[in-house]
Amino acid sequence: MKILVPVKRVVDAYVSVRVKSDNTGVDTDNVKKSLNPFCEIAVEEAMRLKEKGLADEVIVVTIGDKDCETTLRSALAFGVDRAIHIKTDNVLRPLAIAKALAKLVEKEAPQLVITGKQSIDADNNQTGQMLAALLNWPQATFASEVTVEADKVTVTREIDGGLETLTMALPAVVTSDLRLNEPRYPKLPNIMKAKKKPIEAIEIADLGVSTASTLAVQRVDEPAERQAGIKVADINELIEKLKNEARVI
Amino acid sequence: MSVLVIAEHDNSELKSATLNAITAAKELGDVTVLVAGSGSQSVADAAAQVAGVSAVLHSDAAHYENGIAEELTPLVVSTAASFDYVITAATTFGKNLLPRVSALLDVEQISDVTSVVSADTFVHPVYAGNALETVQSSDAKKVLTIRTTAFEAAETTGGSASVEALAASDAVGTVTLVGRELTVSNRPELGAAEVIVSGGRGVGSAENFAIIEALADKLGAAVGASRAAVDAGYVPNDYQVGQTGKVVAPSLYIAIGISGAIQHLAGMKDSKVIVAINKDEDAPIFQVADYGLVADLFDVVPEMTGAL
Ligand SMILES: Cc1cc2nc3c(=O)[nH]c(=O)nc-3n(C[C@H](O)[C@H](O)[C@H](O)COP(=O)(O)OP(=O)(O)OC[C@H]3O[C@@H](n4cnc5c(N)ncnc54)[C@H](O)[C@@H]3O)c2cc1C
Repeated sequence: MKILVPVKRVVDAYVSVRVKSDNTGVDTDNVKKSLNPFCEIAVEEAMRLKEKGLADEVIVVTIGDKDCETTLRSALAFGVDRAIHIKTDNVLRPLAIAKALAKLVEKEAPQLVITGKQSIDADNNQTGQMLAALLNWPQATFASEVTVEADKVTVTREIDGGLETLTMALPAVVTSDLRLNEPRYPKLPNIMKAKKKPIEAIEIADLGVSTASTLAVQRVDEPAERQAGIKVADINELIEKLKNEARVI
Repeated sequence: MSVLVIAEHDNSELKSATLNAITAAKELGDVTVLVAGSGSQSVADAAAQVAGVSAVLHSDAAHYENGIAEELTPLVVSTAASFDYVITAATTFGKNLLPRVSALLDVEQISDVTSVVSADTFVHPVYAGNALETVQSSDAKKVLTIRTTAFEAAETTGGSASVEALAASDAVGTVTLVGRELTVSNRPELGAAEVIVSGGRGVGSAENFAIIEALADKLGAAVGASRAAVDAGYVPNDYQVGQTGKVVAPSLYIAIGISGAIQHLAGMKDSKVIVAINKDEDAPIFQVADYGLVADLFDVVPEMTGAL
């Protein structure tokens, strides 16, 4: 079985981003970028399935400009077999990404696609579901446990009220939630090997996918800032304030 | 303009998140609620009572019982043909279903809408709520998930919509529900609670979480947690508040032993009143707290429970 893992390069989770002063977007120049944490979990899960002998090949793919190569190398350092870079200088939204991935799935014919449930920059939480829809495959989003047996996958999902377990025939799309696994720290030899692995490049135009979007960003604003309040001395003062000042208890 | 709101329910009750989505929908046009379920007449009836709902479409079939996205998608896609907007609340149900629908409609979905600017322009948060993006959509049909904390819940009474039966789409049959492990609790639902008491890594263990729960019960509150507390196994996954967990905005949010990472703040900083209890006076949570108490939680939380 082949597993395809779409990954994204994002502003690192621990960077506090700033809105540009002209309100056209968020300043992402010269800030640390990383492999999206949910994608990292997806890569880890694919590698675990391979290490258990349940998959023969793990392929990572990303869509973006030349800087995304670094992201592919950090995924390769997990021991991934191959990497594909779909090249574009435009920033794509989920539907275009899903369309490009669907084309790649036709070409590579994986049995399982594992991706992150959301990227921590745009926070859309759409790509995996859209890809599954375009392929007419079943989906298991927000996965916290994945079990592959022969031609089916059983997935426990994090839902609002608790957990839900679904089983579905392969091929399928799975999106990872935080508790699916704890990603490894790649070992030095793997990092070195990853530097030398070839990366297959595909121009997005060659997939016949338009990068145009029907969404136009009008402006980007900082949210209203919350002011720090007061420090209370003890519980009695806290209760008094909550009762008489804030009137919330 | 006509708006189709997909109801979230458990075949007996309409989930409160749908009421918030209905309020957003009312800003856009005439609201129709689609109830797809199995043995779900009571949900359709409840939806018809909601103030501001013009019509309810009810499709009842065995394969709609578990809210499986693969089964609901064909129904929603075909029903969407006669609507200008398709909307769900941005709950795990909505987030799972709607992008599937959106892709088949060839529409770019806007996730987590917090404000309706005009018929085609919406605000939604990005970067864990550190930026608010105003986007204009040129898609003929618009597909939106609604951040429930940004819109009041519609009144559950006062409406008198017609309920029209809708033929079910064919069963797809690719996905089977094996089971659900739902958190049983007498406490209010996290997403709709007026008061939330949340614990973080500082609480130290699952056993210690009893201190948090005791305070919550005294206040009639829901219990929440940081990711660190969930990862450590102190509480179930669905207690997580934050960028990648639940977004809440109660009247009172009490953060106990939580440092206040950006990802946590993303899920609670729109609460009306925030209280922070932390032994580190420099914890970032104090920067958003209306009332901060620098103290050891093991001393002051039981004291607060006792004093109330
Ligand atoms: C991709 C990604 C997604 C994430 N999503 C979320 C999310 O949705 N929600 C979320 O919460 N986090 C999320 N996080 C994690 C986030 O970055 C923080 O790591 C997490 O919120 C920290 O939890 P905490 O405040 O409980 O723990 P810590 O940061 O360890 O803070 C513990 C606090 O407890 C205090 N404390 C300790 N003992 C006591 C005591 N006896 N009395 C009083 N105070 C005490 C300490 O002073 C400290 O401030 C995410 C991270 C990533 C990378």
